[in-house]
Amino acid sequence: MEEETHTDAKIRAENGTGSSPRGPGCSLRHFACEQNLLSRPDGSASFLQGDTSVLAGVYGPAEVKVSKEIFNKATLEVILRPKIGLPGVAEKSRERLIRNTCEAVVLGTLHPRTSITVVLQVVSDAGSLLACCLNAACMALVDAGVPMRALFCGVACALDSDGTLVLDPTSKQEKLQQCLAAAQAASQHVFRFYRESLQRRYSKS
Amino acid sequence: MAEPASVAAESLAGSRARAARTVLGQVVLPGEELLLPEQEDAEGPGGAVERPLSLNARACSRVRVVCGPGLRRCGDRLLVTKCGRLRHKEPGSGSGGGVYWVDSQQKRYVPVKGDHVIGIVTAKSGDIFKVDVGGSEPASLSYLSFEGATKRNRPNVQVGDLIYGQFVVANKDMEPEMVCIDSCGRANGMGVIGQDGLLFKVTLGLIRKLLAPDCEIIQEVGKLYPLEIVFGMNGRIWVKAKTIQQTLILANILEACEHMTSDQRKQIFSRLAES
Repeated sequence: MEEETHTDAKIRAENGTGSSPRGPGCSLRHFACEQNLLSRPDGSASFLQGDTSVLAGVYGPAEVKVSKEIFNKATLEVILRPKIGLPGVAEKSRERLIRNTCEAVVLGTLHPRTSITVVLQVVSDAGSLLACCLNAACMALVDAGVPMRALFCGVACALDSDGTLVLDPTSKQEKLQQCLAAAQAASQHVFRFYRESLQRRYSKS
Repeated sequence: MAEPASVAAESLAGSRARAARTVLGQVVLPGEELLLPEQEDAEGPGGAVERPLSLNARACSRVRVVCGPGLRRCGDRLLVTKCGRLRHKEPGSGSGGGVYWVDSQQKRYVPVKGDHVIGIVTAKSGDIFKVDVGGSEPASLSYLSFEGATKRNRPNVQVGDLIYGQFVVANKDMEPEMVCIDSCGRANGMGVIGQDGLLFKVTLGLIRKLLAPDCEIIQEVGKLYPLEIVFGMNGRIWVKAKTIQQTLILANILEACEHMTSDQRKQIFSRLAES
């Protein structure tokens, strides 16, 4: 029997106009998350954003090969498997980005000479895959009880470039700043969702 | 033309650090900062209030608060590192400010000094047994750490045996070491666990719940069948009853009682007691 917490959250804010860069209001797709669904890994989570779904499993702190051990902190490994085909260069670059994020957040110095492995499997891809992978990895690390100094999440945003404005670097920078601001505002929604789903899980005990 | 760009945002440490007292019993997330009671008075509404310097230094009562699992000290605040419910225990003898800890649910065990665990012997090399305790490395157990063991009188331990012992050395930098005697040299229930019976794994939170001082589950299980049971803090339980069927029933009940409410449990026990 597995402990499952199904938590759905619908976050809608006002949508900006079509072609112009996104304003402060943003609309995120429907979220759902399930924790502790796999019996073998120490922590697991499945994260759904609209139609994109990623399954994450965390093993750790576990034994590490002598060639890979680091004397004063934990060795973090991320494995990302695409839905079809063998992992390629794009997966490797995403793995590196996720690993850098996790390393900044996980307190590796508490478990030296051990390994923490995050395995991500893409179940379906309908946009913003990297953001969904980051969210699933974070929920799986929390489920496994790996000590962390903060939580992290991912929000994807797209830049629309109009013909005339591409040439002007400053307004391009402006658009980037607007994207960053919108993503930061949206990340508060994701954190609120994390809190609600974890409270629901612990409210049963 | 659209270029996707992903932004990974790290959670800031909440809007404001909350007082630990107000969060007791609630779910806390990694990254939250908690204020200890003595700091609450200093951080009044509005933060940057100037306090007049007093010439006679008021006896600042420094209360010693112990940071338990799931919490770390960062500066003069507590940083939450695991997700779970915040708990507090008042100090017994009156000194110190008590213990704060986070009650989290975990499957993976990390060795802690003084914990009693069930291990499986995996190798025998010279005078040392290697015992798998479910952590990141196997613990070492010397053959002299059994009651009445001498160099001539070696204990009868084979590869694959179950051992119930406690850790004497368990920190992040060294290989864990366990022994099967207490500080007086007596076995006190530790040592090789006998024949038959069933070993199974549960979460660490369930073990702590079952080992709590007044746990109804164990009393009810004891009334059901005569049994022998050993709890290891590493999530392993060994149980033995008269017949194999009873042993399996007990194992299933203990695994399932993590997710059952007390009413469902009483129903199942009454049904089993009838049959």
